[in-house]
Amino acid sequence: MSRKRISSPEELEALGSRVLSRREPDRPVITVCTGTACQAYGSLEVYRRFVDEVKRQGLQGAVVEAKATGCHGFCEQGPVVVIFPQEICYVKVKPEDAPEIVSATVKGRQVIERLLYEDPVTGRRIAKASDIPFYHHQVRVVFGDNQYIDPKEIDDYIALGGYSALSKALSRMTPELVLEEIKRSRLRGRGGGGFPTGVKWETTRSASRGSKYVVVNCDEGDPGAYMDRSIMEGNPHAVLEGLIIGAYAIGADEGIVYVRQEYPIAYENTMLAIEHAQEYGLLGKDILGLGFNFHVVAHRGAGAFVSGESTALMSAIEGKVGEPRMKYIHTAVSGIKGRPTCLNNVETWANVPVIINRGAEWFSSIGTEGSKGSKIFSLVGKVNNTGLVEVPMGMTLRKLIYDIGGGIPKEKRFKAVQTGGPSGGVIPEQYLDTPIDFEELNKLGSMMGSGGMVVMDEDTCMVDTARYFVGFCCEESCGQCIPCREGLRTLREILTDICEGRGEEGDIEAIQDIASVMEDASLCALGSTAANPVLTTLKYFKDEYEAHIKEKRCPAHACKALTAYYIDPVKCSACMICANNCPTEAIHGEKNMVHWIEREKCIKCNTCFEVCPPRFSAVMRISGEPLPPPPAPGTRVVREKKR
Amino acid sequence: MTMVRGTASKGLTRVSRAVKKAVGRYENDPDMLIQVLLDLQSVFGWLSREVLSEVSQQLDVPITRVYHIASYYRAFSLVPRGKHIVKVCMGTACQVRGAPQLLNVISVTLGMKPGETSEDMRFTLETVNCLGCCAMGPVVAVDGEYHSKPSTSDLKRLFGTGRRGKE
Repeated sequence: MSRKRISSPEELEALGSRVLSRREPDRPVITVCTGTACQAYGSLEVYRRFVDEVKRQGLQGAVVEAKATGCHGFCEQGPVVVIFPQEICYVKVKPEDAPEIVSATVKGRQVIERLLYEDPVTGRRIAKASDIPFYHHQVRVVFGDNQYIDPKEIDDYIALGGYSALSKALSRMTPELVLEEIKRSRLRGRGGGGFPTGVKWETTRSASRGSKYVVVNCDEGDPGAYMDRSIMEGNPHAVLEGLIIGAYAIGADEGIVYVRQEYPIAYENTMLAIEHAQEYGLLGKDILGLGFNFHVVAHRGAGAFVSGESTALMSAIEGKVGEPRMKYIHTAVSGIKGRPTCLNNVETWANVPVIINRGAEWFSSIGTEGSKGSKIFSLVGKVNNTGLVEVPMGMTLRKLIYDIGGGIPKEKRFKAVQTGGPSGGVIPEQYLDTPIDFEELNKLGSMMGSGGMVVMDEDTCMVDTARYFVGFCCEESCGQCIPCREGLRTLREILTDICEGRGEEGDIEAIQDIASVMEDASLCALGSTAANPVLTTLKYFKDEYEAHIKEKRCPAHACKALTAYYIDPVKCSACMICANNCPTEAIHGEKNMVHWIEREKCIKCNTCFEVCPPRFSAVMRISGEPLPPPPAPGTRVVREKKR
Repeated sequence: MTMVRGTASKGLTRVSRAVKKAVGRYENDPDMLIQVLLDLQSVFGWLSREVLSEVSQQLDVPITRVYHIASYYRAFSLVPRGKHIVKVCMGTACQVRGAPQLLNVISVTLGMKPGETSEDMRFTLETVNCLGCCAMGPVVAVDGEYHSKPSTSDLKRLFGTGRRGKE
């Protein structure tokens, strides 16, 4: 499809109206989430079936449209399908459901009960997406448009008012006014640092004359966080629009979108978005006929966590090894190729058009005193409704985890929530009523970070969690500075020893010593914050460390070396399920004979514990005490007599 | 290496052609070294000595710098990889949902450690930091196809008869 260049704000508005007029408001639209998780659950096939089905039932063209959109956020229930205008939400949809949905819901306007989301608390089935508790408590300022937009179709974005903020900024605001608006909104960086965006822009703007860069950081390396991916995949034009507005305010003429290569769909959609925006004249020379020139290219990162650090990322863009450097001179003054460079996270850029359109007052009316607006979190781990959620700053962790997240699965006990990724920390139950706010989370020893929120339950070992994060940073440390390189290596050694039953008196003090040197003397933020997961777990769960060191016991039964598996001969019903699922054939048993585990063969993979039916619960995990002997050969199962 | 040398005369032209194409895509700009290597990694599945020295020549970048980059970033492999790439996600969300146990089981099922390639070149087992589909955790991706919480028998099917059936 050819796109005619738009050469004035009026033409953009006219295009928006034209797109809208082609779409009747009452026309049914079937949107299928094709975010990464839903795709993994087979949503592309679901989408194809809808396209076929719409054709087969003679509804194609102007009557009904099937649309593949970006991530809706409710990943736990994928593939998610929403039918507009009624906004009926079907979850876990299979390709074979498509014919019925088209005939019953789209044509017959009837709701198919069995495909609706069932509230696990009330057991009620909910038809409308916005009535589902998961969505109901959210404020979707940035993420909301994802469910209406085909990310490969720029007209979809324009129809929703896309690029109107750019048009407003370029035609009715000076760069100074745009900068002032962003400063007044008190938007803070969403990538982790929380630095005031407006201040960063101003420093870059006033750095020097001549050519400047603006950069989108989509090198989302934080394990357990994927909101940047979902925005970049699902609504790339929102990020581009923010970037162009930023470039105008800062006086930059070149932009770079840096996407990690592990996100192929995000890269593809970014490339496509750039191409389409260029065709429309929203990028390139004389944007919207208003005299502003700005070019954007996309780069792929080659997989290094530390390359997400701003100075390292800029080295990577220059084709060098992505290692951080000291920031005596800020990148805002001397960044890529020595030119002033303003780097912001994906989510930060995506907030910009909203602020320009709705105003700084509106934006800063959301949130807390120090943290304005909304924030997208990836709520993952041991929580019922895993997914991406956007909430106003200031919401309590409890509300986020219980009202939106639906609490902890299998009636297990909540233990902690880990925020801020490898630089953050764990927050225990007694602080669940803390409002989500940059400063409040820092006070607890954790941080906002980019928005990873990993919920942990009673089965998660806190020492092992600390070891996991330290191990992660150890692998990802670039190795330039000694405190980070050697500190992490030693920390990993000590923590591994503790997890494997070789912990000694004095280990805790040694950890604290190393951590404080790393914090003071590391070159970049990776090293100076890498000990946070250790320090917070120590602060809130010292008893678990002591149990490992003194009693050689893992209270969560997670550390393999300290845990053994045992089948209770009294409870075992000889159902063979554990034996059939054991990957190493370590479980012996036959019909009516009590099963037992051969310790030499057992790799402690937890499979038997998980598959043993809850009504028997015969598999036990034992830590810190001797293992009972296996039953005598040929012990028969004791069964209760049927009444 | 012997394998590569054996097909040198035929392979060299293919290598230099592929490098030329990749380098040309970025207008011979040495700053685009990482992008060039990424393209070549996806063409060949790994970066051989021939590929790297060809890049060094065509892009006019010292071979040491090419090696520095190729050995620094995770996306590049300096050894040939198996036909099927098995990636076990070790992200935090998968971690708390039992990724280490899953890796353990997969390791036992395939009979190899993470980072290894099987002798018959059928499988390479790798760990990744996060696949970004945390709701499905623990996740294993086989040739880009994601599998959520696979059971022991799912895995056996995936790596054993299931795979062979596909070939």
